[in-house]
Amino acid sequence: MSEIGTFVLLFCIGGILIYGACKRVRVFDVFLEGAKENISCAVAVLPAFVGLLLAVQMLTASGVSDALTAALTPLLSKLGFPAEVLPLCILSPISGSGSLSAFQSLLTTYGADSFIGRTASVIAGSTETTFYTVTVYYGAVGIKKIRHTVLCALCADGISFLLSAVFVRLFFD
Amino acid sequence: MMNYIWSGMIVLAIIFAVCSGNTQAVSDAVFSSAEEAVTVTLKMLGMFCLWGGLMRVAQQAGLTDRFARLLSPLLDRLFPGIQNDSAAKSAVSMNITANLFGLGNAATPLGIEAMRRLKRHAPFQDTASNDMILFVVLNSACIRLIPTTVAMLRHDSGSHAPMEILPATLCVSFLSCAGAILLTKLFGRKHG
Repeated sequence: MSEIGTFVLLFCIGGILIYGACKRVRVFDVFLEGAKENISCAVAVLPAFVGLLLAVQMLTASGVSDALTAALTPLLSKLGFPAEVLPLCILSPISGSGSLSAFQSLLTTYGADSFIGRTASVIAGSTETTFYTVTVYYGAVGIKKIRHTVLCALCADGISFLLSAVFVRLFFD
Repeated sequence: MMNYIWSGMIVLAIIFAVCSGNTQAVSDAVFSSAEEAVTVTLKMLGMFCLWGGLMRVAQQAGLTDRFARLLSPLLDRLFPGIQNDSAAKSAVSMNITANLFGLGNAATPLGIEAMRRLKRHAPFQDTASNDMILFVVLNSACIRLIPTTVAMLRHDSGSHAPMEILPATLCVSFLSCAGAILLTKLFGRKHG
């Protein structure tokens, strides 16, 4: 599966360099210029990133996600959403590695081709780590007031979660 | 906004740690998080340089402008603030392309380049403009065509058809992106 990704990657890099060389761009010199400019960019992200990871890792270690799962289970079962997937939903906006391990454990516990396994797969395939994106993107360009960004991003995540169960039922039942 | 979310998350974690007796794990997390932030940033540093350099080559060769012109009808509607800024448009379109093909490592540095360009059109330099908000929301929702990581993990846990979730994933991604665009536009209108 990863072969498609590898192919796209190599094709992109090769394509850019060959096209550049054909247009008589001094490829390596220009590459170095662009690379140098982005160093400061990565460093600018670090403070925001330390802050974010602090909050995320404290939150995951505190076991708050277990408590939330227990609290929300009755409501979700009424909506036809499998409560077993909830830890994945709670983790997926805040922690990339956390949600990946939650996804993995759902696959091993319930099987990849079960209803729960498929729903979890669709969720994992259609969401990103929201807080990471918000922190890194705004942190890098020094924006402080982010207005309705988090609200809209979390709503989009919520839509993904609920629709995942709906579409898995639609396609596989 | 981030001030409330951030302090809220930490206070919640501390309260929960005390209630459930997890204080040791939570205080361990304090140190490991700072360490991990540096490790991840160092990894990103290389990626940032790599894609920053490659993009500069693509820019000078005129490749990114071609891309921007291709996506222009869509971009003009989504990001009205940068209609006349072809450099910003090409940065945004490179980021969207990287996302579609699942090149997550490339999408972030390209996205930050786009954010820098979008910021030039923002009315206030410390406040996110409508265009910036939509751009970040689209990046945090997922606009990936082929979920390679998920398919790989499914294959490893013995799925008979790792890619069978693709149609459902595409539908969900598309609808949640549409919802995200709609919501962002609605909120943007309300608050100017």
